Amino acid sequence: MNKPEYLVEVRDLKQHFPIKTGMFSTTPLKAVDGVSFTIKPGETLGLVGESGCGKTTVGRSLLRLYKPTGGQVFFEGEEVTDSNMTALRKKMQMVFQDPYSSLNPRMTVEDIIGEPLDVHKLYRGKKDRREKILNMMELVGLNAEHATRYAHEFSGGQRQRIGIARALAVNPKFIVCDEPVSALDVSIQAQVINMFEELKDKLGVAYLFIAHDLLVVHHIADRIAVMYLGKIVEVASADDLNNAPVHPYTLSLLSAIPIPDPHIAHSRQRIILEGDVPSPMNLPTGCSFRTRCSYATQRCAEECPSLTDRGDGHFVACFNK
Amino acid sequence: MSECLLEVKELCTYFHTEAGEVRAVNGVSFSLEAGKILGIVGESGSGKSVTAYSIMQILAENGRIASGEVLYKGQDVTKFNKSQLKGFRGKVCSIIFQDPMTSLNPVFTIGFQLEEAILLHTGKNKAQARERAIEMLTLVGVNQPDKRVKQYPHELSGGMRQRVMIAMALACEPDVLIADEPTTALDVTIQAQILELMQELQKKLGMAIILVTHDLGVIADMCDEIIVMYGGRVCERGNAEDIFYNPKHEYTKGLLRSIPSIKNAKEKLVPIAGTPINLLNMPKGCAFSSRCDSAMKICLTEMPEEVRLGDTHLASCWVNVKEMMKDGGAKE
Repeated sequence: MNKPEYLVEVRDLKQHFPIKTGMFSTTPLKAVDGVSFTIKPGETLGLVGESGCGKTTVGRSLLRLYKPTGGQVFFEGEEVTDSNMTALRKKMQMVFQDPYSSLNPRMTVEDIIGEPLDVHKLYRGKKDRREKILNMMELVGLNAEHATRYAHEFSGGQRQRIGIARALAVNPKFIVCDEPVSALDVSIQAQVINMFEELKDKLGVAYLFIAHDLLVVHHIADRIAVMYLGKIVEVASADDLNNAPVHPYTLSLLSAIPIPDPHIAHSRQRIILEGDVPSPMNLPTGCSFRTRCSYATQRCAEECPSLTDRGDGHFVACFNK
Repeated sequence: MSECLLEVKELCTYFHTEAGEVRAVNGVSFSLEAGKILGIVGESGSGKSVTAYSIMQILAENGRIASGEVLYKGQDVTKFNKSQLKGFRGKVCSIIFQDPMTSLNPVFTIGFQLEEAILLHTGKNKAQARERAIEMLTLVGVNQPDKRVKQYPHELSGGMRQRVMIAMALACEPDVLIADEPTTALDVTIQAQILELMQELQKKLGMAIILVTHDLGVIADMCDEIIVMYGGRVCERGNAEDIFYNPKHEYTKGLLRSIPSIKNAKEKLVPIAGTPINLLNMPKGCAFSSRCDSAMKICLTEMPEEVRLGDTHLASCWVNVKEMMKDGGAKE
């Protein structure tokens, strides 16, 4: 059998949440509305967008923390949309944003990292379990003597390391990283980002790296997908997206990031978007971005643009650019 | 030399906690000239917000200014009585907080909260105050201001709320605006809107701004002068040119190396080793010594003095002192 080209393939993923709007009526909140992407083995796909654009929901739906409303997810060529959840989560794992609330305060580090091993029965005897846990801890740069401590005894950066060790314990091929560094201080961020890269080189895991910080994503990702209101508006290699962005939203997003270099910061032209993001419960017709877009035409209000190939794997969903 | 508006001298602010005394700010000095933007940058726990709160005299109950002065046009704010403080806060010096979600009162309308400040500090009557409130909302770019004044905070988005906060802070035309992480809770495109607005208003109204943030990108974009803080102390100060292109303190250097940039996107980041300092257990010498690669014996035992390295550039690092002595020795 041929090895499938993609490790993860997502087709037209939809995640709608019913919101009560009256005593008997509900309106769907379209958090994710038709998202497709692929990730190759060992590749890092960055997923960026503003709060409320659905990037976290994509990650959670992939792991079926929510049951997707529609669409398909393939893992190594096999459809896993409805497969056994335990088996699925042995192959993919998640690192959460907040290292303070994602670790059980009543468990020791050893128990936290050991729990996935228990669930998936990945050891022979107590000695083997302990050895595996200590291996994991060493891998993420924690001391063996920390094994019996509780999560509150650690700093934010160290807690995030525990979360990563827990995700790595089942030896997954794919990890969804949901804003793993945004709760950390700048000087600690770099430590954790470097660790993600080292682990990738060492273990060959693929990441879906979800973040709002474009500088961080550009640093770590091979390719980047930009989301706006539940849809992907542009996908390209990290350098392409940075050097030659096409979609008007990507352009303004890039021009809005504060760059820690006064010369560049003062010389560039900021594209300031008007207004706020529309409510995902009441999306504009056609292209969701048209209400804030300076290129919007009549056609944008009538049809929704789909992602089209602009060459070299650079996909853009826009009629006018 | 232009007028020095606000001067902070050897400010020490301590907090009493069960675990012991936390020395959040430990001898911070700086001066702010009229019409300038001063940036204070540092990690969480570096004392940057506490410095801002100390100026405004809005410390938590267990906090106190242990020593030092905050001089506004020569008068010591720390010795103000209640009524003097009332005239100082809001009228002379205003503050914008980090979280626009929690800093507005949810049970009063936007208009009421804006008018409250105007009625307190100016001789205006209610109708005039409402007019001023609408004028301020227009100034900060809130659409349909006459409708917004009747709305409650929860009806507005985060960016809009932060605009209301700015309108409130500027309603009485203060000389000094303190912005404590004003855009940290906002999305990048909204952040860009707010920063642009602050720059525009600063030019229009000519007030001085103290911008407190952990984001070096925001600092690079906005500030004339920059203070880098670590462990409650100022480790380096200078203009944007000095700090970003010629950093002299090991902490500033490390901080700049550890953030990803567009230019060196694929180069490996150089993190600062170790973890941020525990304020309960401060070292005798330089606060950064335990994480510093170039730390020497003296760094562990003695606090470095602030050394002048240029017209505007000062740093407190023994490495610089050593280099200067070496240069001096070579000349002799």
